[in-house]
Amino acid sequence: MSARSRMLAALAAWVAAAALAAPDAATLDYRLSARALAPGVYVVEGANEDFSRANGCNIINTGFIVGDDGVLVINTGPSRRYGEQLRALVAKTTPRPVKQVLHLNLHPDYFLGNQAFADVPRLATAATRSGMRAEAKAYEDNLYRLCGDWMKGTEALLPDREIAAGPVALAGRRLELRELAGHTASDLVLVDRDSGVVFAGGLVFVDRIPTTPHARLPDWQRSLDALAGQPHQVLVPSHGPVVGDARGIEQTRRYLQWLDRSFTAAAQRGLDLVEVMALPVPAEFRGWAAFATEYPRNVVHLYPGYEARTLQRP
Amino acid sequence: MFPGATPLRRRRLLLAALSPLIVPPARAADDPTGGDPFRSIQWPGLQREHFGADARVEFDPRVQVRGPALAENPVVVPISVAVEGLPDVQRIVVIVDRNPIRKVLEFEPRPGRALPAISFRFRLEQASPVRAAAQTRDGVWHVGGTLVDSSGGGCTVSGVTRQDGSWAQTLGQVSGRVFPELDGRGARLRVRVMHPMDTGLVGGIPAFFLKRIAVHDAGGTELLRLSTFEPVSENPVFSFDLAGRPPGPLRVSGIDNNGNRIEGTV
Repeated sequence: MSARSRMLAALAAWVAAAALAAPDAATLDYRLSARALAPGVYVVEGANEDFSRANGCNIINTGFIVGDDGVLVINTGPSRRYGEQLRALVAKTTPRPVKQVLHLNLHPDYFLGNQAFADVPRLATAATRSGMRAEAKAYEDNLYRLCGDWMKGTEALLPDREIAAGPVALAGRRLELRELAGHTASDLVLVDRDSGVVFAGGLVFVDRIPTTPHARLPDWQRSLDALAGQPHQVLVPSHGPVVGDARGIEQTRRYLQWLDRSFTAAAQRGLDLVEVMALPVPAEFRGWAAFATEYPRNVVHLYPGYEARTLQRP
Repeated sequence: MFPGATPLRRRRLLLAALSPLIVPPARAADDPTGGDPFRSIQWPGLQREHFGADARVEFDPRVQVRGPALAENPVVVPISVAVEGLPDVQRIVVIVDRNPIRKVLEFEPRPGRALPAISFRFRLEQASPVRAAAQTRDGVWHVGGTLVDSSGGGCTVSGVTRQDGSWAQTLGQVSGRVFPELDGRGARLRVRVMHPMDTGLVGGIPAFFLKRIAVHDAGGTELLRLSTFEPVSENPVFSFDLAGRPPGPLRVSGIDNNGNRIEGTV
């Protein structure tokens, strides 16, 4: 890591800590703020926590990139209100209109703010679009239960255009999309070639336990290898702080490796789900955000696959 | 430990446990939950329904029920029950207060063959206490439990193999394995039986579920017996702890509510 990127990372962490205002539940104000990572490239940071009423279920980093004739919005947040406040924030930051919305994967806080962007093209890959169609109802129900009033008026509005890997059209910008997989069936990574800012979506978690409802670990590891070879100055994970180095990639890789080893060994011993939840976890991972809630979910999502292999006939 | 259990209640539990002849403390007349540590209004009715009006029922920390605080997937909620330090357990009944169908299973470990411990997954319709009641030879029911929160809807959605129709190809298949126990004594038996386990609560899909499963060793000795009900998860996986290393292969047999027979060896 160069001295420059180290300095950038330190600066990023400091600004993030200083800028993140607590959401106001009385007025349902997420108090979003846009932080410039490079000229015309902004991140809007969520809390590095699990979904809760206290954080308004805003745990995602969204973003936007300003081109010569308009703005590309990256993910729209967990609710209609979030989408509206994000759009107002874009309007406050630049006079240029929102041209299009991009969804990096199918998870709920990547698209439940879409009602505020009903008038612009909303892009996702074919796999993400069909996944959203299948899951939208369950996502609405689940987030209403978790977040209450913050979700008022939220209904899933699906992306209406398909996009694939390759260049993204935004005047005056050299943007490139890579389609990887493993966190979900289709994980987009957006690279701004000029600034070196990479929006890594759900493939990278920083100081936070990865979420795994649609995960396939071998694919995910291959995608992390690909990302490690992707030159970047600043990496924006969907969850956890923005970093100027490969820390998030390494953390995610280490955690997934540990899960794989731990679950393989547990299945060989004949442990059941509850026993696996109670296994010792390395201190590093226990210190990450959302450990207490996310690790048991990892077990429920992934362990049945491991045990099924040991129970099958040889 | 039970949430909210006071030191006084703990002492009473201890007294009741140590001395089976002492009648448990009288119910406070103004407590509609009948002294339930989970404060569940359903508890007095559940007791009458499942154990009978005259049954002796005690909360007992030796009956340990473990599960996740939150059901990530309400159609697959994992639970482990273990009874430790309580001799002569005849059967263990698992009941979920706020499920539309409350009884999940009834497990009968054969004394000296299988330990009073079982792991399984079930469908949870909404947040609820999950209880295990272990009946000892003197007829007393010893009750433990845990609280599981849920996003809801576990009993009223159809299973994956019902949705894609694949259940018909795998119905009744038995797979499993015997694992050596950690300390070298006994063994862990894990069994999976392929079955859609339809609850009957999904429109147009009648109840279709496994009713009984038994495990015998190669010499024909019965090790355990299990009655299962609608809330048990699709393609059930069970873990049992055996008292020794029985001669294998073990024979798993059973029947569902449509009369389909289950046969397999592990």
